Amino acid sequence: MSMLECRALCKNYGSIQALKNIDLALDSGRIVGLVGPNGSGKTTLIKLAQHLLTPTSGLITIDGMEPGSETKAIVSYLPDRDFLPQWMNLEQLTGFYHDFFADFNPAKSADMLSALGVTGAMPIGKMSKGTREKVQLIFTMSREAKVYLLDEPIAGVDPATRDYILRTILSNYSENALVLISTHLITDVEPILDEVVFLQNGTIALHENVDSLRERTGKSVDGYFREVYRCW
Amino acid sequence: MAWNFNDNAPIYLQIVSTLKGNIASGAYPPGSRLPSVRDLAMEAGVNPNTMQRALAELERSGLVNSQRTAGRFITQDAEALTRLRRSMSEQIISELFARLRALGMSDAQILEAVRQRTVRPLNDRLEC
Repeated sequence: MSMLECRALCKNYGSIQALKNIDLALDSGRIVGLVGPNGSGKTTLIKLAQHLLTPTSGLITIDGMEPGSETKAIVSYLPDRDFLPQWMNLEQLTGFYHDFFADFNPAKSADMLSALGVTGAMPIGKMSKGTREKVQLIFTMSREAKVYLLDEPIAGVDPATRDYILRTILSNYSENALVLISTHLITDVEPILDEVVFLQNGTIALHENVDSLRERTGKSVDGYFREVYRCW
Repeated sequence: MAWNFNDNAPIYLQIVSTLKGNIASGAYPPGSRLPSVRDLAMEAGVNPNTMQRALAELERSGLVNSQRTAGRFITQDAEALTRLRRSMSEQIISELFARLRALGMSDAQILEAVRQRTVRPLNDRLEC
């Protein structure tokens, strides 16, 4: 059984069809890139998986279950915006994660926070954008989850921070987990991916192994993407 | 990230050639133990599954031996290492010829230019 499955999944916002009849199966132990231009449905798909939205029709399951409290216990989700209570400092955040998530490993977050050199009483809302993004990622990756849903984890950060983030994902995901990363910065993410899913106007334009895509097309995922989504 | 990859070839094949280069140059000495898949993947900044695939390829070619629990070791077969160096150097030479022919040089001119290069004084060479 696949870890994340969609069957004839549709999501409409009023008259706008954000996702049209998506069929998708993603397995454990894979790092999958979810790519597509703005408005192609990436965030909608992730929000459906996290039960922040409900399908208009069709089905989405995680580890065989429809999204809800049971799936949230095994899914570690990094939204595309600030999501932690901004007044909390690191100690309070650690307690917060400890209370909410049985799979949270405080030793892991403590290690990463000290390696990053952030300590003390500063509330997360007072940190710089780059530091805040790193801290949010550290807490997300400190859960020993079965699924990681990372929505645009590297958008809007400098190249060194980008490397830090990708490295943190690589060195911390549980080996048998599914990692789903949505992004439009494909070049940076490509080396860490097993598979890539291209969304286009709410449908899946392509779902393929990254290296087999390179073998077949002689292009990088980014190069192929630019060809498929040419804007002129 | 640590290793650079070009856009044309599958990443695992580019990893294979980087690792072969390290074996040929002795950066990974014969008989030495390779870092774990996960450590190598971190060093290269790639997916562990991709690194695994590259290492499987090296095992198939006999340059690396896997010893069940102990890890992966660089071959001590001197002949295999000689073959590796020969095939890598042949590739470099044929690329050199292809590029210089594209500039309009004849094979004789290329050979002469290479000979000239080797007889230039040491100081001169160090500058390059």
